[in-house]
Amino acid sequence: MAIRYIYSEYEVSRNTDRCIVCRVCERQCANEVHTYLPEQNKMTADESKCVNCHRCVSLCPTRALKIIKGNNTYKENANWSNKTMNELYRQADSGGVLLSSMGNSENYPIYFDRILLNASQVTNPSIDPLREPMETRVYLGSKAVKIERDEKGRLKNNLLPHLKLSMPIMFSAMSYGSISYNAHESLARASEELGIYYNTGEGGLHEDFYPYGKNTIVQVASGRFGVHKAYLNQAAAIEIKIGQGAKPGIGGHLPGKKIVGDISKTRMIPEGSDAISPAPHHDIYSIEDLSQLVYSLKEATEYKKPVIVKIAAVHNVAAIASGIARSGADIISIDGFRGGTGAAPTRIRDHVGIPIELALAGVDKRLRDEGIRDQVSVVVGGSIRSSTDIVKAVALGADCVYIGTAALLALGCHLCRSCHEGKCNWGIATQVPELLKRLNPDIGYKRLVNLLTAWRHEIEEIMGGMGINSIESLKGNRLMLRGVGLNEKELEILGIRHAGE
Amino acid sequence: MKRVYVNEKWCLGCHLCEFYCAFANTGEKDMAQALKDLKINPRIKIEEQNGISFAVSCRHCREPFCVKACISGALQANDGVITIDKDKCIGCCTCILSCPFGAVAVSEEGVVQKCELCVQTHEGTPRCVEGCPNNAIVFEERG
Repeated sequence: MAIRYIYSEYEVSRNTDRCIVCRVCERQCANEVHTYLPEQNKMTADESKCVNCHRCVSLCPTRALKIIKGNNTYKENANWSNKTMNELYRQADSGGVLLSSMGNSENYPIYFDRILLNASQVTNPSIDPLREPMETRVYLGSKAVKIERDEKGRLKNNLLPHLKLSMPIMFSAMSYGSISYNAHESLARASEELGIYYNTGEGGLHEDFYPYGKNTIVQVASGRFGVHKAYLNQAAAIEIKIGQGAKPGIGGHLPGKKIVGDISKTRMIPEGSDAISPAPHHDIYSIEDLSQLVYSLKEATEYKKPVIVKIAAVHNVAAIASGIARSGADIISIDGFRGGTGAAPTRIRDHVGIPIELALAGVDKRLRDEGIRDQVSVVVGGSIRSSTDIVKAVALGADCVYIGTAALLALGCHLCRSCHEGKCNWGIATQVPELLKRLNPDIGYKRLVNLLTAWRHEIEEIMGGMGINSIESLKGNRLMLRGVGLNEKELEILGIRHAGE
Repeated sequence: MKRVYVNEKWCLGCHLCEFYCAFANTGEKDMAQALKDLKINPRIKIEEQNGISFAVSCRHCREPFCVKACISGALQANDGVITIDKDKCIGCCTCILSCPFGAVAVSEEGVVQKCELCVQTHEGTPRCVEGCPNNAIVFEERG
């Protein structure tokens, strides 16, 4: 056997006093970690195959299993960490680009955690959301800037198409192909029940989900997979995807082995062919080009649907957003550098892009300074983890947030970050038939509904504490925010004061 | 009456229902203690072939062949739940031959055993249904 350079990251710890040899761990592990030894009537594990997805731990009926961090270590070195050395060994083995899934897991500052919220005391009483009405409804789209009247002095309806949401949360773009049919069904059903929207991503829309069209945002990305007239007209809104927070400047590549059956039909490409989304849209090299696509899509849908333009948060995001606002787009969606993905080159995921908090503050300020903030709504994503992240994002100027990773967690994802291997033990990021059915949408959609219902209660509670009874009054209300442990420059960019000021 | 129904589409073939069934019928409090080193003989069994799997247990038929076939009166329908009186059972196994679902089996005690919807051991939802991770077996009222 060749030299084994990379040691197991985890150890499978089995309490043999509790193990009843039911073999559920063996049957549920697509990575074939667990094996039954018939002679000894006991289980054994090959931890080198373990990705730490916790499927076996969650299903073990006697709680006999535990995954622990392996403590096999190289000589300690602050410069050459174990992780860095392993990555190097892996590349020396394979000669390939390192791949990763889900969001950036490196230790960069999380600004949401350095921002604190305000509450009312004495002079501006707080509101009890259980006793008084509390409004979390939002409308996304271009706002009419002035009141227009006809020759008889009657108000003209100059409202442009809007999205109406019961709360400022949407499920972000995850394509059918990168996630399973059952995951999509869960998102679609939850969106319908909650009165919000989910996003098809760039994989087209399966015909079975056309009935959920009024809660669907369809995406037009650089590969243009699955885009046709019925697809566009089925949706509530259309999103042009320019970039993704996890891999700004990079296209996508869904391997041919995942292009099977309905996925091939939905994407409108032959079975087994790789689905390659180019890095740029080959017809967009300027804001004017973008504007052409925006209006082509509006033309195709008779100006009845808002158009969203999604970009990754990069260095000049404010200037880019200003251009997008002028291109005719109704909504700008910005994806921070912690946003998730089904697969991205590790170096890109971990080192390209900027935090969403800073991007959002910069974009909101720029659009206000230029007097065009009302022309567009701003939606942010890229690691929104809780209701407080949402409240902080709205106070920084967002109209709404996108959640992707949080939604997948509700469906069972344990963030093992192995989506690119296609063997998701939770039935989310896989197309293997026996793995697919592990996600029952009847259970999945209820968990999503529960999560967002809980978040809505929390948002109402926090707003009530601030003495605010409508999410519209919170929007861009940076006085409700204070920084802790942030320097002058960071506070300046975020447009907030330090705690104690 | 509520019965156990199978949604074969969602069965993962994980066999957990079998272990929860066996546990329920031991009367013990701790599953690890109850089933440690025990070869289980559950009243619900997974059938699997060619990637398809589903759980089979007593259907609690409205016109149960097993009850008709029982020569000693051990099998009885009580409010729709077909139960077995082990003291009356003589182990002739006619019920096993007559059950079209193969849901009656011989127990370790020499008499027969079958699913009694956990009415003897546990109030409420049968343990197999509670333990199913994917709603592949459900306990509900159907016409």
